[in-house]
Amino acid sequence: MSQTDAAATDTTATPIRVLIAKPGLDGHDRGAKVLARGLRDEGFEVIYTGLRQTPEMIVDAAEQEDVDVIGMSILSGAHMALLPRVVELARERGLDDVLISAGGIIPDADVAKLKAAGLGEVFGPGTSIGQIARYFREHARRRA
Amino acid sequence: MSEPFAELASGERRPLARLLTRIENGDASLRPELPALFTAGRGAHLVGITGPPGSGKSTLVSALIGEWRRRGRRVGVLAVDPSSPYTRGAILGDRIRMMEHAADRDVFMRSMAARGELGGLAATTWIAAAALDAAGYDPVLVETVGAGQSEVEIARLAETTVVVEVPEMGDEVQAIKAGLLEVADVIAVNKGDRPGADRAARQLRAMLSTAGGRLERQPPPILVTTATTGEGVAALADAVEAHRAMARAPGLARERAGNQVRRAIAALAARRAETDAAWEETIAAVAARDLDPLTAAERLLDRPSEGTHSR
Repeated sequence: MSQTDAAATDTTATPIRVLIAKPGLDGHDRGAKVLARGLRDEGFEVIYTGLRQTPEMIVDAAEQEDVDVIGMSILSGAHMALLPRVVELARERGLDDVLISAGGIIPDADVAKLKAAGLGEVFGPGTSIGQIARYFREHARRRA
Repeated sequence: MSEPFAELASGERRPLARLLTRIENGDASLRPELPALFTAGRGAHLVGITGPPGSGKSTLVSALIGEWRRRGRRVGVLAVDPSSPYTRGAILGDRIRMMEHAADRDVFMRSMAARGELGGLAATTWIAAAALDAAGYDPVLVETVGAGQSEVEIARLAETTVVVEVPEMGDEVQAIKAGLLEVADVIAVNKGDRPGADRAARQLRAMLSTAGGRLERQPPPILVTTATTGEGVAALADAVEAHRAMARAPGLARERAGNQVRRAIAALAARRAETDAAWEETIAAVAARDLDPLTAAERLLDRPSEGTHSR
């Protein structure tokens, strides 16, 4: 059994807390909701903050909820305006070890820029929930 | 205030958030500091809010927060949602209803998963509430979904319990809910803009007053609220405030203290028994019907603590 499979079936480990948010004015939340439910089925504790989140609101919530992962869904094309700002604010607030990732409609050229700005991974259409769950398990900080 | 928790008073969110995580995870290194945490409390009003799914409870809590903010209070909220018994995952969906307070630095909200507790409340909820108290939030609201035993659980441990109901209550439902309604200190019939809200409130009043002879305390005030418009919310906050003094009367305070200690004993005893060296064989004997559960429990409780091993 691989290490990540073992981690997946280890039911004594503390659950990983994930914030799922939709920054900006993008109103298409079906994908985010499907992901939230899928992550719950994979054993994560998911705080879903929904639509029309500003970077400040996302980081405020992440701070209070002390999440291990911030996952943002964005299909509106405004990702370069919003996502690096979330990373910047998170670092300003001392949330240095929070894994920040995104999904939605984001061109490959921008993916490289976003990673350079501090995002962990960007998941495009066709990504399975299992892939995202594995990635979070492998890269999120673990606490006792 | 004691040293370890001095930074909570500053209003900084990260120390409080990190402390809440340690509490939630049952961090053993926190145990020696817990007495100091309880001492650091400033006497916040602990208000439990429960109600069935669809009662508009989260929206009502959000409206109440707004009302208390208008009254100059700093409000702490713990919102507890059930965990999947199979995957141990959870959707913590209360925060999304409180977006109107997102920018307010005097509102602190934390979502918690019940993490396998049968009562529906995380075992650590009350320690988390003590942390919010120590950080200067007052009132501290504990919101849970009323499905299962969590309503009674919350009533045992909170100072004031608000039960949120909906107008579409038939007589059958009232009969089933009798126990829940008896533990409520305040009842809010929400969605007051729907037909039947006033009638539901009247029926509840009638039902609870006839039980008055058997109940040891006054029937709770029953209010009609419409969380979406704010109607009735100020009156609800008044009713909660009015109950605060009653909740601190010696008799009720002792009852609550007894409940807290009983709960802590149960959790501690279970944890010790589960890590005892004889646990597996004892359970196997019960499963094989060679031993009854009562005797098994007594044997595990009576074992000396040297017999433990880590899980």
